[in-house]
Amino acid sequence: MANAVLAIAHAAKSFGGVQVLKDISLSVAKGDVLALIGPSGSGKSTLLRCATLLETLDGGTLRYDDIAVVEDGVYAPKEVLHAVKSRFGLVFQNFNLFPHLSVMQNITLAQTAVLHRSREEAAGTAWELLCKMGLADRADAYPCELSGGQQQRVSIARALAMNPGILFFDEPTSALDPELTGEILKVIRGLAAEHMTMVIVTHEIGFARNVADRVIFMAGGVIVEEGRPGDVIDNPRSDRTRAFLANLDRK
Amino acid sequence: MHFWPMVLALAKGLLTSTEIFALTLLFSLPLGLIIALGRMSKVGFVRQIFRIYISIMRGTPLMLQLFFFYFGPYYVFGIRLNKLSLFGVDYRFISVIIGFSLNYAAYFAEIYRAGIESIPVGQHEAAFVLGLTKPQTFLRIILPQVVKRIVPPVTNEVITLVKDTSLAFALSVMEMFTMAKMEAAAHTTMVPFIVAGVFYYVFNFAVAWSMERVEKSLNYYR
Repeated sequence: MANAVLAIAHAAKSFGGVQVLKDISLSVAKGDVLALIGPSGSGKSTLLRCATLLETLDGGTLRYDDIAVVEDGVYAPKEVLHAVKSRFGLVFQNFNLFPHLSVMQNITLAQTAVLHRSREEAAGTAWELLCKMGLADRADAYPCELSGGQQQRVSIARALAMNPGILFFDEPTSALDPELTGEILKVIRGLAAEHMTMVIVTHEIGFARNVADRVIFMAGGVIVEEGRPGDVIDNPRSDRTRAFLANLDRK
Repeated sequence: MHFWPMVLALAKGLLTSTEIFALTLLFSLPLGLIIALGRMSKVGFVRQIFRIYISIMRGTPLMLQLFFFYFGPYYVFGIRLNKLSLFGVDYRFISVIIGFSLNYAAYFAEIYRAGIESIPVGQHEAAFVLGLTKPQTFLRIILPQVVKRIVPPVTNEVITLVKDTSLAFALSVMEMFTMAKMEAAAHTTMVPFIVAGVFYYVFNFAVAWSMERVEKSLNYYR
């Protein structure tokens, strides 16, 4: 817990009287790949949004490395919250690329505006990432000229360019045509091989089993089961997990 | 035949109309943005003030507003401004510019607001997570996309403005419509109105053409 990149304890969150997160505790160590699975409405996306400060927790504790973001439901001062954003990156379900900027500009904007890197340095980083993503030839294209899979790869590059200590994925393949999900999963697998610390909310159970070191099954705002993929996915202990997985198999 | 002297007089008037047009855009386009931001302020009191401002500017005739700014200072405060001149421009003309700018800014503000609110929340969220500050997000992510979206409604307003400059005749500013009325009365003929109509139409044709170019230049992305 002491050297966890991300540590969440007793997280609670309600939307208009409905408690969507109930006493959630988890921690992610450096190099860990954690997959969050569960039915829709289970709170896994909300958990991700709270961790990335897009939503505020009602209670609990949230830490990145040595930075306390929320301590017993009390948020750190603004400057701390702003600074901690450099510790994590988020890849959205529907990419959220900036449509008016080219692929290159999408990846360099925050580098120069937030990290104050020089244009050359930012472009160098972007170029390296684009090569890695197999998109070197699309640097001057605009998002609308790319396929969904290409757009998602650009958004992964945009997040990685900020050198986050941990990368969150919010259903990164859900907005893609089935034949395009493979290319994204391949990229994430590649990052896992490089020991990038990641938390992935996904419906791709096979992928979760394959790439994750640890799987958390959430339902009704609580963590139902947690463990190695071989245990949670292949030998679930709880009926709730079994029912969810059986339901997926049928589809 | 008084045709060419009449056309010359109208052309002079057109120059004044163009001045009203250009100065109004110069002041109302940026002012509209400030009003839009005020209208969307998180502070309820501020939001209410700008809401009332827009409501009044849109809810009363522009001609009445022109009278208000021209006669108001004397009738209300007893200040005589009719002899005032700034950079050789008399108060009559200044009050027209004030009236038009404040009025059009209210309309532009609502167009800006619609544009700003139409940008998907995901754009704000992506910028937020990347660590961009609010001003950076607005200037570099939101505003450029707003500009593209609001070109058609802004074109509407700009075309209306060309025709609305004729309302300055109410304060006897020597713009084209005032000139047309004078010429028509002096020579008891419809011709000046027809010529003025042609001038307005050509002016707006040029405006529409230019705005179409602007729209096309922003077509490089969707």
